[in-house]
Amino acid sequence: MIQDITPIQKAAIEKVNAQGLRVLICAGTGCVANGSLEIVKKFEEYGLTVNPLGEKDKMTAVPTGCHGFCEQGVLVVIPDLHVTYVRVKLADVDEIVNEHIIGGKPVERLLYVDPATGEHVQKNENIKFYKEQTRVSLANCGHLNPEVIEETIAMNGYEALHRVLEANDPQAVVDTVLKSGLRGRGGGGFPTGSKWQFTKNAVSPTGKKYVVCNGDEGDPGAFMDRSIMEGDPHKLLEGMAIAGFAIGADEAYIYVRAEYPMAIKRLRIAIAQAEEMHFLGENIMNTGFNFTIHIKEGAGAFVCGEETALIASIEGERGMPRPKPPFPANKGLFGMPTLINNVETLANIPPIILKGADWFANLGSEKSKGTKTFAVTGEINNTGLIEIPMGTTLREIIYEIGGGIRNGKKFKAVQIGGPSGGCLTEEHLDLPMDYDSLTAAGAMVGSGGLVVMNEDTCIVEVARFFMNFTQNESCGKCTPCREGTKNMLKILTKITKGQATLEDLDLLEELAYAVKDGSLCGLGKTAPNPVLSTLKYFRDEYIEHIVNKRCPAGVCTALKTIEIDEELCKGCSKCSRTCPVGAISGEIKNPFKIDQEKCIKCGACVSSCPFKAIKVK
Amino acid sequence: MAKTLFINGKEVQFENEPNLLEVIRKNGFNVPTFCYRPDLTQFGACRMCVVEVVYPNGRTIVNSSCTMPPEEGINVKTNTDRVRKIRKTVLELLLANHDRECTTCDKSGNCELQKYSEEYGVRNIRYAKKDPENYAPIDHSNPSIVRDPNKCILCGACVRACQEYQGHAVLGFANRGSKTTVGPVAGKALADVDCVYCGQCKAVCPTGALTLVNEVDKVWNEINNPNKKVVVQVAPAVRVALGEMFDMPAGENVIGKIYSAMRKIGFDLVFDTNFAADLTIMEEATEFIERVTKGENLPLFTSCCQAWVRYVETQHPEMINHLSSCKSPQSMLSSLAKYILPKTKEGYTKENTVVVSIMPCTAKKAEIKRKQLTDNGQFDTDYVLTTQEFAQMIKSAGIDLKTIEAEEADSPFGEYTGAATIFGASGGVAEAAARTAYYLITGEEIASDDIVELRGVDKHAYNKDVVLDIKGTKVKVKVVSTLVEAEKAIQEIKAGTADFQLLEVMACPGGCVNGGGQPTSCNTPELRVKRAEGLYNEDKCDTEFRKSHKNKDIIKLYDEYLEKPNSHLAHELLHTTYADEFKGSYKDL
Amino acid sequence: MEVEKNFKTAFAGGFGVVDSILEKYEYKKANLIAILQAIQGEYNYLPEEVIIYLGTKMPLSPATIYGVATFYSQFSLDPKGKYVIKICDGTACHVRGSMPVLNAIKGKLNLKEGQFTSDDGLFTVETVSCLGACGLAPVIVINEKVYPKMTSDAVKTIIDTLLSEERK
Repeated sequence: MIQDITPIQKAAIEKVNAQGLRVLICAGTGCVANGSLEIVKKFEEYGLTVNPLGEKDKMTAVPTGCHGFCEQGVLVVIPDLHVTYVRVKLADVDEIVNEHIIGGKPVERLLYVDPATGEHVQKNENIKFYKEQTRVSLANCGHLNPEVIEETIAMNGYEALHRVLEANDPQAVVDTVLKSGLRGRGGGGFPTGSKWQFTKNAVSPTGKKYVVCNGDEGDPGAFMDRSIMEGDPHKLLEGMAIAGFAIGADEAYIYVRAEYPMAIKRLRIAIAQAEEMHFLGENIMNTGFNFTIHIKEGAGAFVCGEETALIASIEGERGMPRPKPPFPANKGLFGMPTLINNVETLANIPPIILKGADWFANLGSEKSKGTKTFAVTGEINNTGLIEIPMGTTLREIIYEIGGGIRNGKKFKAVQIGGPSGGCLTEEHLDLPMDYDSLTAAGAMVGSGGLVVMNEDTCIVEVARFFMNFTQNESCGKCTPCREGTKNMLKILTKITKGQATLEDLDLLEELAYAVKDGSLCGLGKTAPNPVLSTLKYFRDEYIEHIVNKRCPAGVCTALKTIEIDEELCKGCSKCSRTCPVGAISGEIKNPFKIDQEKCIKCGACVSSCPFKAIKVK
Repeated sequence: MAKTLFINGKEVQFENEPNLLEVIRKNGFNVPTFCYRPDLTQFGACRMCVVEVVYPNGRTIVNSSCTMPPEEGINVKTNTDRVRKIRKTVLELLLANHDRECTTCDKSGNCELQKYSEEYGVRNIRYAKKDPENYAPIDHSNPSIVRDPNKCILCGACVRACQEYQGHAVLGFANRGSKTTVGPVAGKALADVDCVYCGQCKAVCPTGALTLVNEVDKVWNEINNPNKKVVVQVAPAVRVALGEMFDMPAGENVIGKIYSAMRKIGFDLVFDTNFAADLTIMEEATEFIERVTKGENLPLFTSCCQAWVRYVETQHPEMINHLSSCKSPQSMLSSLAKYILPKTKEGYTKENTVVVSIMPCTAKKAEIKRKQLTDNGQFDTDYVLTTQEFAQMIKSAGIDLKTIEAEEADSPFGEYTGAATIFGASGGVAEAAARTAYYLITGEEIASDDIVELRGVDKHAYNKDVVLDIKGTKVKVKVVSTLVEAEKAIQEIKAGTADFQLLEVMACPGGCVNGGGQPTSCNTPELRVKRAEGLYNEDKCDTEFRKSHKNKDIIKLYDEYLEKPNSHLAHELLHTTYADEFKGSYKDL
Repeated sequence: MEVEKNFKTAFAGGFGVVDSILEKYEYKKANLIAILQAIQGEYNYLPEEVIIYLGTKMPLSPATIYGVATFYSQFSLDPKGKYVIKICDGTACHVRGSMPVLNAIKGKLNLKEGQFTSDDGLFTVETVSCLGACGLAPVIVINEKVYPKMTSDAVKTIIDTLLSEERK
């Protein structure tokens, strides 16, 4: 007989209610860097002695996972008072407690200011950044203490697993996932249900199968998986257990990047607590289903996000991808059938089970169902983590949720999908963000990194940056990727230095296609995307670098000249004293001059000049 | 049940082929490869064998044919513009990063990179040359193998060979991405790690990154020195492989032509290592019987293979007492040439005699440097040339091996039996020993000379267990090739589960026919099977006797000088000791 | 350097620490990365002798272990400084100017091209691909502490603070 979950839920809700007034303080990596742990401590010091105005008889500080609005950290949310405080400093705690919690008067200066209207916004749901989002995988992030399992249980945690185990029909679970239309959130967008079906059908030589959660979120500019692991680890564990039940696995691994120590810590705590509650481990909820989850820490290799490289890494080898076929579904970890899904994919499973495949399929666009998280960063006002229905346009993301371009600059391009993705331009602003539209436009959803660039960004430099990244992260196994990315980087560097010819540009393009076609794994096959997409949309900027030896954005150092405007220069000599290489000379009270031979174009003089007389050209 | 697929439109059948590439090659098409070696794990790294695959539903992919399983109904296109472009780009990229001094490269004319670049018409390298500061020093540290990292294309064949054949992988990948290198741990030289010098890494290397230590010029100098008498010997496995380098089929026994070529080159006396192989059997079979009688140091390990000997010394020094104290046939013959020959031939002294041996093996080059095999700094064997080097010598002397007449070897160390010839294939030593041991124990001749269970040189025959019945006494023999299999045997012994009394080990897969100094056979494993057939043919058809104790010159040698097997003088000349020679072993830690 | 001294004392008594780590991870190949992480946690880098030693204790050769150790960027075969400064050069940080921050650190610590650890052995500078704190770009991490929204001036101040603490 399966264990009854209702009393467990009741007890959990009681425990949460006993906390009194819950003050949620973001303790994600971003806010911790801004000092949120000290703020938590300060609230804890007030703790139970505080007698809040209203019904609640006490106050509890709840450190939570990432709220997503990293730009405005540290975030403090008090749901019962319908208030969200932003940019909270340690010194502000006294005021929040005394004025608002005890005194009942919101602290206006700590409220979010809508950049469009200039007005203070008190409620979370009225902040545009949140208002336009639909949170599924991130639903609980920021609303619960990830280190206390009861908080999860009080929010339906492990209810989906209970339901699945009670029904005891693995194929029905696979069917639900198939029907939901969920596709892999890690990059490829492969239908998750099909992957589950393949692994379920695969015959294991020993009967052993594995579930592997890919938490090697390596895309620079993406941090949604980290947020889920830190903010709502139980949802991931529950998703994995459901997957294990569906495909017939009793053992699982979560592969987490070593750069995410907090995620590792919270996952370990969560696993221990879940095992204690019999939601994981042996004889789960008295059903005889066993499921053990291990954590494997990565050691710093982007390529391990590729599933076969990840398997090699778990096996203790160099993270070099293996040829496919055989696919991991048939021959994966330790040679056994293995289901590999990424964190966000698995975090979508419990809500799909609870709310049904149809509910999920109704979110999103026709071929891309559900919601997708994006890490919105770069030259945008509201950087942070968002979750939106698939098919939302770029314009909505950038101008509605993202609050537009920083410092009133002009939008130039957006890079989607990290080093495997591509650049999109103004003409794509109304493009729906889904797998197929993005791929057609030369970008990809990837893991969902979205970096906004303004007019001051040099597109060639960005392409060079990504190529530098992939060539550093190439495992070195196959020739096209190892040698190809290296030579693409060499050519791009030549272009940014003004040393390239138009023949080099042709060679770059030719090589890009050969690398895309010939490489062994996904890393190599997608590495040329940033180059190919920028060549497609910003070819003139490349040509400008090559033919006119000019960087239109004024970024490429080698193509810059720094000059002193004789009209504006007052001859104060500050620049010459600042110059690290002694390239500036002159007589006091006369215009100074820069020796272009000596100048290293560091720009130190530009910012030092009190009269704004030094210009970069 | 055969299934069908299409290659360039042609319908072909396939059954158990491990990959698409094999199907392609079986049906008269070809695609180039660097990293693919049929006997090693498929790696899929070089991307030269990429093909376009069109599925019945119309979906087209590009994939490496060496890693793709053949599938019913697919259409494989091996020569489209798309895949040719990938191959040519791969070649151009590899060459940009490659030390392109082809004319002076040991691999020139035999190099797969050179060959495909020529076929694909790569004439212009548009990518930047490797930066001079990235050139790595060439490893000349050891007597057998030269490693030039600047010619390495990172196909990983050597790493896999080292790992999958010899197990303790002295070669490995290091670093990542474009900084990836292949080499011993922490940039050390081969001489400073536990390399056994089997040369299998060199055998599978498609370029000049791993080559032999070439000593042809030194041997020419000795031949041209009027004060020296140069004596030459040739190992069993050479006779069935050398012909390949002169457009003759694999397995054709060219021993008579070898003797003839040796004389034409200018060697003073032409001997055959096979003679010493017969001698080895006399000594080793006697030793074996003695050990079985006393119940000491069993199982007995054969000691012909230097790579194996070095493996025991470095990895399992506590087991050296299991090794037969017999020198290898090469070293036995050299001892005879240095110490017995002067007594029988006028003008020969220990000092003026130079012994050159022609071997299928790179480890033999290291064996002769062992201090146990030197006397006052003078080597018993002066030079080892591999089959490949010997072919080079013949060619440069302007000799056409194909057309010259066969001749006989010189006495007194030229006579041999079929038992000696089969030393060149895995299982041969055990079989030869069994034939003689039977006689030594029972005084009767074995009923059948053919103990076929001990034979076989392909991948499935790397580990053979055979029980011999010597008139009611059961003797268990284990025959392995590759050190991976040898290690398993050692672990059995250590675990106390081993029940065999004799362990024959050859480090190269299949034995000496597939040695590191042989003409390269890594892409066609059938070659070694044919070579072994050549040896067994000679054993069966071309020799007067098939048992070592029937060799008349051996009998004479014992009568005139050595008295009997394992006699005092035999021990002095034909036996050796082990250990303590090799320093820098990991075990020193 | 201090770390080298530590190393010598650590090895004076043999490889006991390594043995206990191996014991804990059951000498298993699949645990190699965890074993290397534990060893690096102990010595702050992976000494060559230890890699070779592992090769005699595990079912893997020293060359294979070295291959794994040099594949992952987390592992260092050289001793690291007391303070390890990681500069995030993920896309967001890059776009918001992580490279000028890196240059400022290099200048402050007098690091030459190809040098990552300062002459006094106190600081090691590394660039990492993404720390996942993109909202705070550009960020650096010194040992475990994250410093958000860095500028060239701010990072110099941080180093000065650490240096003055050292002098005490």
